[in-house]
Amino acid sequence: MSTTPDPMAEIKASFFLECEELIEALQDGLETMQDGTSDDEIINIVFRAVHSIKGGAGAFGLEDLVRFAHRFESVLDGLRSGALLADDGALKVFFKASDHLSDLVAAAADARTLPDAQSNDLMAALDGLAVNAVSKTVAAPEIAFKPKAIDIPRDLETDSPFELPQQSEPRSPDLTDGTNRYQITFTPSFELFESGNEPALLLACLQELGDTHIQCDVSQVPDLENLSPEMPHLSWRITLDTQAAEAEIASLFEFVEGLCTLAISQTDPQAIPPKAAGETPLIAPGVDTRPKQSKPVVRVDLERIEQLVNLVGELVINQAMLSQSLEKAKVSPHSDTKSSLDEFQRLTRDIQESVMMIRAQPVKSLFQRMSRIVREASASIGKDARLVMSGDATEVDKTVIERLVEPLTHLVRNAVDHGLEDPSTRTAAGKSAQGQVQLSAAHRSGRVIIEVSDDGAGIDRDKVLRIAREKGLVAPDIQLSDTDIDNLLFLPGFSTVSEVSDLSGRGVGMDVVRTDINALGGQVTIQSDPASGTRFTISLPLTLAVLDGMVIEVATQTLVLPLTLVIETLTLGPADVQMMRPGHPVVQVRGQFVPIIDLGRVLGYRSALRNFDGAVALLISNENGKTAALIVDDILDQRQVVIKGLNDSLYRAPGIAAATILGDGQIALILDPSDIISHVQTPMPSDRTPKLEEAQA
Amino acid sequence: MSLHILAVDDSRTMRDMIRLALAPEGFTVTTADDGMHGIEVLDGITPDAIITDINMPRLDGFGFIDAVRKQAKHRAIPILVLTTEAAPELKARARLAGATGWIVKPFDPAKLIKALHMVAG
Repeated sequence: MSTTPDPMAEIKASFFLECEELIEALQDGLETMQDGTSDDEIINIVFRAVHSIKGGAGAFGLEDLVRFAHRFESVLDGLRSGALLADDGALKVFFKASDHLSDLVAAAADARTLPDAQSNDLMAALDGLAVNAVSKTVAAPEIAFKPKAIDIPRDLETDSPFELPQQSEPRSPDLTDGTNRYQITFTPSFELFESGNEPALLLACLQELGDTHIQCDVSQVPDLENLSPEMPHLSWRITLDTQAAEAEIASLFEFVEGLCTLAISQTDPQAIPPKAAGETPLIAPGVDTRPKQSKPVVRVDLERIEQLVNLVGELVINQAMLSQSLEKAKVSPHSDTKSSLDEFQRLTRDIQESVMMIRAQPVKSLFQRMSRIVREASASIGKDARLVMSGDATEVDKTVIERLVEPLTHLVRNAVDHGLEDPSTRTAAGKSAQGQVQLSAAHRSGRVIIEVSDDGAGIDRDKVLRIAREKGLVAPDIQLSDTDIDNLLFLPGFSTVSEVSDLSGRGVGMDVVRTDINALGGQVTIQSDPASGTRFTISLPLTLAVLDGMVIEVATQTLVLPLTLVIETLTLGPADVQMMRPGHPVVQVRGQFVPIIDLGRVLGYRSALRNFDGAVALLISNENGKTAALIVDDILDQRQVVIKGLNDSLYRAPGIAAATILGDGQIALILDPSDIISHVQTPMPSDRTPKLEEAQA
Repeated sequence: MSLHILAVDDSRTMRDMIRLALAPEGFTVTTADDGMHGIEVLDGITPDAIITDINMPRLDGFGFIDAVRKQAKHRAIPILVLTTEAAPELKARARLAGATGWIVKPFDPAKLIKALHMVAG
């Protein structure tokens, strides 16, 4: 193509982005079809998605993609015409084909090629569907889609100003250089005007092919009172001397073929029979009557948003500093300055929330990837499983979505591999042979809750406990509650070796899932029940950039604790604290003994407190429902803080998640209480001193 | 000669390609995302020619052409249909809907330009 490479590359990049959206629409449509709630419009959407991918791919010469998309499209066309039914078998092939299409797009985007074998297998499967379809339809064309543009002579001037043909006598042609003389008669019928064609322009194009002598026949023009301006009354006789082939002349009239009486003949008689005026079958235009409201969107470079988020973060800090310096300056709380500042604070918060919303994206794309995981996972181990999604419109920060792919993939694979029973066991238990994996997302009290659940037989706790004991993760004599046993799955080094399969046994344990989720400021919990299956619940903050924190003081250090984890605050009295055993104080809260964690000692700021009398304790709970009471010196404030990540070159101290800048410009560390709890009280065999305490000893 | 073209296509890639092909030739290109949008856009402009895709959400190419032709001021406007197949039945259908001509996707910019000159001057 005669274009500069730069804009083309840009369009190509945007094409791949568009492909992602199209594949999303495609998978959406297929899922709706699977639910049995499909209608013609859904089929059209599915068809259009594949069709558009093909169209774009053709423009960039992505032949593998074009070839596959074409075959896919042909079969979908059968679906549109009703020749093919979207039964389970067909849908399976369509899902696979859409997965493969997405692979091909990804490969094309990276300028890779995929082995043909996979495409060929799937194309064979697609063709199989087409063959099985009732033979009443025209079979899908066997020829691969080959771009063919209309044939307009290339060497024409692009600019062809229309001039009225000169009336002149035909000169004698110079027939020595391959020039031929053609006689053309051209009589437009009224449909030609209806189609928006213009005879004068056609004649002008004809003039560019060579020397023309054009005669206009006005004999059919009626009297003025009978003249209908809508009707063509003229016809033309053209003598054309040209080197162009007859086909080239004919191609000029391609658009008006059937809309006129046309005869082209070489004067050494070799005539083309004139085409008859158009046949008129009636096809109602396919008007789409289901308006689908789509909101207008703007595409913005993510980097710009990141920059905005950063700037807003700075603004929040700056605003906090301003309000602190006003306090220092003893400005009256009733002054105009103070009330303006309050207004400013409110605005800052609104801006911050709005900016965060820009980055939020529906989890749909993430969920769709999971639907593929379920398909592939179940197919590879001979289980029948389907993914049911809900709440896929729930919006989550884009960066969170990206970082959820790995852990969620793992959970979904696990659900298929370990959660669901094989079909025969299921049937024996009176369940449907097809297992169900459910994926849901919802906003709940300022957090995002994502759940992965299966309708399998739940966690085999005896087995888990046996394995944990064999591996020495649990002391042989220790009694564990059901929740404790379930949580053993998250222990590093717990991998049910006897169950290692292609699928889940990739050396990635559930501990990695937990680490990933924790790194996002989230928590993951298990619920399992033999009757209803296993459910993993991931709870995440809405954004990674800000945090509602409790500002606390421990041994003169200012620290921030995520507010969401704090259940309540207590002031300890002399009778509240008891010793479980030496060095292991507990506090009794509503009949429950909660271990006390002396933050100052655990973080290494000072030696252990001897006496907790009058101390402030924060009751916190981690993702497993484990609670602990953190001893702090004082609670200073409760505020939103901007999270500043700790550079990788810094030592990753256990229990420290990140840092923030407080209003007075001071840097404060943000604690990760879950990390602190799990370090202090991992369900270790016997009385081994936990790691964190060891480090401090 | 500068022509004002309305390009209607639901694929952003296609719209970009059309713009890229036509802009350097001095064409003014207005785009619309689907048939329905196209009709809205036509409310405010009078292009010299329209290029439209067939498979589009909300209102497809056939419906769009039909609606355009029903408007008195646009009933004779040249409309080129962009189609992936050169299948005769598609051309026949485009013709019946009132299209002036057709271009097979992926298009050669030079050919698109020539076709536009052929129908719009």
